[in-house]
Amino acid sequence: MESSTLIAIASIATAGITTAIGVMMPAIGQGKSISAALNSMAQQPDSAPTITRTLFVGLAMLESLSIYCFVISMILIFANPFWSHVIAK
Amino acid sequence: MKLSPDETIFWQYGFITINLTVVTTWMLMLIMVVGSWLITRKLKKNIHVSHWQCILEMIVIAIKNQIKEIGLNKPEKFIGFIGTLFLFIALSNLCIIFPGYEAPTGSLSTTAALAICVFLAVPFFGIAEVGILGYLKSYLQPTFIMLPFNIISEISRTLALAIRLFGNIMSGGMIVSILLTIAPLIFPILMTILGLITGIVQAYIFSILAIVYIAAATQESKPEKKKAIIKTQ
Repeated sequence: MESSTLIAIASIATAGITTAIGVMMPAIGQGKSISAALNSMAQQPDSAPTITRTLFVGLAMLESLSIYCFVISMILIFANPFWSHVIAK
Repeated sequence: MKLSPDETIFWQYGFITINLTVVTTWMLMLIMVVGSWLITRKLKKNIHVSHWQCILEMIVIAIKNQIKEIGLNKPEKFIGFIGTLFLFIALSNLCIIFPGYEAPTGSLSTTAALAICVFLAVPFFGIAEVGILGYLKSYLQPTFIMLPFNIISEISRTLALAIRLFGNIMSGGMIVSILLTIAPLIFPILMTILGLITGIVQAYIFSILAIVYIAAATQESKPEKKKAIIKTQ
C-alpha cells in the first residue's frame, strides 16, 4: 500500500475511535453527576441553586473532555499534518 | 471545510495578516469601549439613575460577588482583569445570534491569547500580593518533590483553558453548519440556542478558573490561619 493510503486509513479510523470513546466515557461521568445532583436536590431543595450552579460548571468541565477528543478527530480529518506532508511531496 | 475564522483573510502584507478574527475582535472591543464610555459619561449618584447605568451596575456587582465567593477578599483589584475576560468572551459568544457572524473565540489564536493572559496574570497578581519569595514558595507545595509537577500543571492548565473554549465554540458552529446541509429547517436554530447557553457557561467557566488560579497563587500559606480553621472545625 502507498503511504498516503495508509495514513488516510489510520487517521479516519482513529478519528472514529477517538470520538466514540471520547463521547462514551464523559457521558457516563455526566450521568453519574446529574443523578447525584438530583438526589441531593430531592433531599435538600433549599440548596438547589448552589447545586445547580456547581453542576453546570462540572458538566461543562466534563464536556470539555469530550470536546478535546472532538478537536483531535477534527485535526485528524481536516488538518492532518502527516497527510499534508505526504501530499506536498 | 473551514475550521476557524482565521482562514478568511482580507489583507496580507508579509507576516502581517488581517483576517476575520482580528476584524471581529476589534469590532467587539469598539462596541464595548464606546458603549461603556457612553454609559459612564454621565454617572449619577442619586436615586434616579438611567437604565443603562442600572444594567452596568448589576453586571459589575454580580462579577464582584462571584469573585468574592471564590475566595478573593479584595475583588476591586481583580475585577478589571476578570471582568474584562468574562465580558469579552460572553459578548463574542452571544453575538452568534447575528447571521453571518463568526465568533472570534472559535479560533485557537484568540483563545490561546486569552489563556496566555491568564498564565501571565497569575504570577503578576501572586507577586503583587505575597512577594516574589512567597510566590515561588507556592511551587514547593506540599513538598519540593512536587516542583516539576507544579510547573507541568501550570502549562497544561493554560493549554486546557485555550482548547476548552476553542473546542466548545468551534464545535457549536460546526454542528450548525453540518445540520444546515442535513436538516436546514428548524434544527440549526435549536442548536444555536444551545450554543448560546454553552457560550455563556464557557465564559463563566473561563473566568471562574482564572479566579481560582489567581486565588491559589495569591493566598499565602499561613500556619496560624490554618490552625484557626482546624480549631473551628
